[in-house]
Amino acid sequence: MAEATLSTVLKKSGKDIKASWARDLAAAQVSAKGRISAAELEQQASEFLNLLTKVAEFARANDIGASDFRQIREFLEGVSRSRAAQGFTSDETATFIFSFKKPLFASLKAEIGKDAEELVEQTWKATELLDSLGLHTIKAYQKTREELINRQQREMLELSTPVVKLWEGILALPMIGTLDSARTQVVMENLLQKVVETGAQIAILDITGVPTVDTLVAQHLLKTVTALRLMGAEAIISGVRPQIAQTIVHLGVDLQGVTTKANLADALALALRRTGQTLKA
Amino acid sequence: MNAPVNGESPLKSEHDIVLARQLVRKLTQELGFSLVDQTKMVTAASELARNAFTYGRGGSMHWEKTNGGDRRGLKLVFVDEGPGIPNLELAMTDGWTSGHGLGMGLTGAKRLVNEFAIDTKVGVGTRVTIVRWK
Ligand SMILES: Nc1ncnc2c1ncn2[C@@H]1O[C@H](COP(=O)(O)OP(=O)(O)OP(=O)(O)O)[C@@H](O)[C@H]1O
Ligand SMILES: [Mg+2]
Repeated sequence: MAEATLSTVLKKSGKDIKASWARDLAAAQVSAKGRISAAELEQQASEFLNLLTKVAEFARANDIGASDFRQIREFLEGVSRSRAAQGFTSDETATFIFSFKKPLFASLKAEIGKDAEELVEQTWKATELLDSLGLHTIKAYQKTREELINRQQREMLELSTPVVKLWEGILALPMIGTLDSARTQVVMENLLQKVVETGAQIAILDITGVPTVDTLVAQHLLKTVTALRLMGAEAIISGVRPQIAQTIVHLGVDLQGVTTKANLADALALALRRTGQTLKA
Repeated sequence: MNAPVNGESPLKSEHDIVLARQLVRKLTQELGFSLVDQTKMVTAASELARNAFTYGRGGSMHWEKTNGGDRRGLKLVFVDEGPGIPNLELAMTDGWTSGHGLGMGLTGAKRLVNEFAIDTKVGVGTRVTIVRWK
């Protein structure tokens, strides 16, 4: 029985295999010094050997998608996640699995070397299994990296678009920098969401930090103003400096019907009046 | 050391549009444009750069510090090898867009500068030239 042989070898020579694997791992991971402790590596090696011994004994086929392999799959996903977080490359991460081949094949040879045909078959089976496990590890690594990058991108988008509550019922969105389409979309959706959550009556879109108001920016502003109105809230655009006002007029964009103010302070004063609130000194 | 009087910058990505705007801002400042005139030229450049990128499949912006009589000014040429504009009269109508814009880019840019010329051929590309004097 094929699986029985791998399992026999693992059970019988597991200790030796592990010792020589650990040496190879340590050598291969010199560059990784400091990123992972010897104890952690040792612990992962033991667990991998344990799980592999189990599947070699019980699994019916080398189909690592099967439920018999669930435990070892999850273990490798965990290893990938921690490697990605520790700053290992995908090669370095996969080496963990692929470097297991050499000591395993040596033990297979010692055990069944006399039967050449059987040795080839067992080596092939073991190769297939370890390759599948290695690929699974790489896939998990890539998935983790992608999630990491996506999260960072989202955080950046959110960081640059804070919606601040200025007063009871009054929100402000200070926009800063270049409003490219992707970011503007997020900014606007974020504002509308906050208006819903807080039940704000007035939202101030402050464009003091936006150097250029062209038709694209104007269109985003107008869409947001319209959406706010449909939600029953009112919009004030502040930070419309004289040069921006003149340019918008020549550009021909119609901001009539939109309340605009030169600065945030004027916008807040107006918002307070509209909501029937007063500032006490 | 003399600052260069002309140059070229690519319009191949969204980010290039930002860089083109920053370059035009810098050039108009070097020429001593007022804040209003700087803003007008930068905004016109933003419109034409975005059109070249969005409709013209990308292109480039050529710039030149130029003299006209006793005036100094900035000349910008936006060139792309995109599909061209089949109906220029329509494209030069306030509010007309073939996409999802406001349809104010071309006409707005024209109003923001002193000289405006457009040369376009279907299947060949589009070239828009603008000048603003100090
Ligand atoms: N470089 C170009 N190549 C091909 N077609 C163009 C080019 N520039 C403009 N057009 C066409 O002219 C139309 C009008 O352009 P214009 O810039 O005035 O409006 P828009 O880009 O549609 O909207 P926006 O107000 O946001 O600029 C465009 O919708 C497009 O069909
Ligand atoms: Mg346009």
